[in-house]
Amino acid sequence: MTSAETGYNFAYLDEDSKRLIRRALLKAVAVPGYQVPFAGREMPMPYGWGTGGIQVTAALIGPDDVLKVIDQGSDDTTNAVSIRAFFSKTAGVATTTVTGEASIIQTRHRIPERPLKPGQIMVYQVPIPEPLRWLEPGETETRVLHALGEYGLMYVKLYEDISRHGRIATSYDYPVEVFGRYIMSPSPIPRFDNPKLDRSPALHLFGAGREKRIYAVPPYSPVRSLDFEDYPFAVQRWPEVCAICGASDSYLDEVVLDDGGRRLFVCSDSDYCAGRAGKGSPPQ
Amino acid sequence: MTRPILSARGVDKYYGGRVGCRGVSFDLYPGEILGLVGESGSGKTTLLNVLAGRLSPSGGRVLYRGPDGSEHDLQQLSEAGRRRLLRTELGFVHQRAGDGLRPLVSAGANIGERLMAGGWRRYGRIRSEAADWLARVEIPADRLDDRPADYSGGMRQRLQIARNLVTRPRLVFMDEPTGGLDVSVQARLLDLIRHLAARLDLAVVLVTHDLAVARLLSQRLMVMKSGQVVESGLTDQVLDDPQHPYSQLLVSAMLQV
Repeated sequence: MTSAETGYNFAYLDEDSKRLIRRALLKAVAVPGYQVPFAGREMPMPYGWGTGGIQVTAALIGPDDVLKVIDQGSDDTTNAVSIRAFFSKTAGVATTTVTGEASIIQTRHRIPERPLKPGQIMVYQVPIPEPLRWLEPGETETRVLHALGEYGLMYVKLYEDISRHGRIATSYDYPVEVFGRYIMSPSPIPRFDNPKLDRSPALHLFGAGREKRIYAVPPYSPVRSLDFEDYPFAVQRWPEVCAICGASDSYLDEVVLDDGGRRLFVCSDSDYCAGRAGKGSPPQ
Repeated sequence: MTRPILSARGVDKYYGGRVGCRGVSFDLYPGEILGLVGESGSGKTTLLNVLAGRLSPSGGRVLYRGPDGSEHDLQQLSEAGRRRLLRTELGFVHQRAGDGLRPLVSAGANIGERLMAGGWRRYGRIRSEAADWLARVEIPADRLDDRPADYSGGMRQRLQIARNLVTRPRLVFMDEPTGGLDVSVQARLLDLIRHLAARLDLAVVLVTHDLAVARLLSQRLMVMKSGQVVESGLTDQVLDDPQHPYSQLLVSAMLQV
């Protein structure tokens, strides 16, 4: 356990704000997929850097928690390192890069490759919580559409995808239906990760700081990715395997090596890759 | 004896102290086209919005009779029920096509939206149905994947009509469907509306300030002034032998070429 900075409340946020966020979280868990408005606080970072996720984590985290933060699947990118440092300074909690050891995992774009366990909590940083926003700019109208379960519009987007690209080209933030009721934007995770949400033993919490919305997928909830009968949902596949660990079952990032067109594919989940390559965790 | 598809009984609409429309009663029968004419500000569009359930009346009732003979008061229905009716058995054609279309998606998606809202989940079927309707409103098949923004004004209006008719509604409300179009495009559109209405046995409430449009399309006419219906009857009768001084003024104001 690292020593916490003095002069801050535990985990930065004041206790009243945490209570307010916890109330929103409870409601979100009670109504899976429903976007609960909450009075988002100003955080010491710009919108778009994960203010929603950080507020959710701050409201949840306790002294015994072990925090993992990933950005694009990686534990050592700027955003991940900064948020991890933020909580070790303001809450003094232990941090890890190993998926299996973490009790709370804050993420920007990925769900870890290693299966999540009961009791683990995923916290997502959400830029645009409203899946219908692309076609319906009015907030009052989208609320009505959700309330009445009128989701024809979501299929209009998929139709448009197929007529333009010959297939459903939406590769991230792919809309899902939670518990047969609300349509939800799963944040910008690749659609490769959508099946991991379905009946997941972990609790998934989504925080949108700019839009001030919180929503949730409780453990073991059925989560269905929308599709057409003749264009069923499918995840991305790569012809290559990971150049470092040889994994053929993980989400791969393409890395351009030089301007001669050479490129290679590596796992986006750095912990998974390092674990398979037998090098243990990457350095903190 | 057929029963009316739409009945208005003493419909009032006030905007605060101002009158939108007052004391309007009529029956519309299946397959009939009723024209609402009058000058700008006479309450035509207000009345149309009340009839279509888009505005709630200050007084009176609007009853719609479904295909099974059941009567629905559009204001008494739940919001979900009213919206379902509005995107299945009813249609609404806006004066500006842009108001009734989704600008960011292709013509095919615009036509298919009502089908998908109704639970269609097979892309191939939605697409072929959309292509079929595009042909029916005389838009070339290779424009199916173009966005409404790339269409001409007349084509956009025809697309809006296709988008409404794809669920085979029984009653369509039209607010100046030919407004803002040039004369030859207008003529073609009028011809298309008349043809489709006859083929599909559509009942239409048509708002227009253009008496020529009313003459061409509607069988019956209601003349409105200051929110009230001042004269109603068969179109030819009203236009050839107007009784009310205002109707006489309106008819005589028509340009003779």
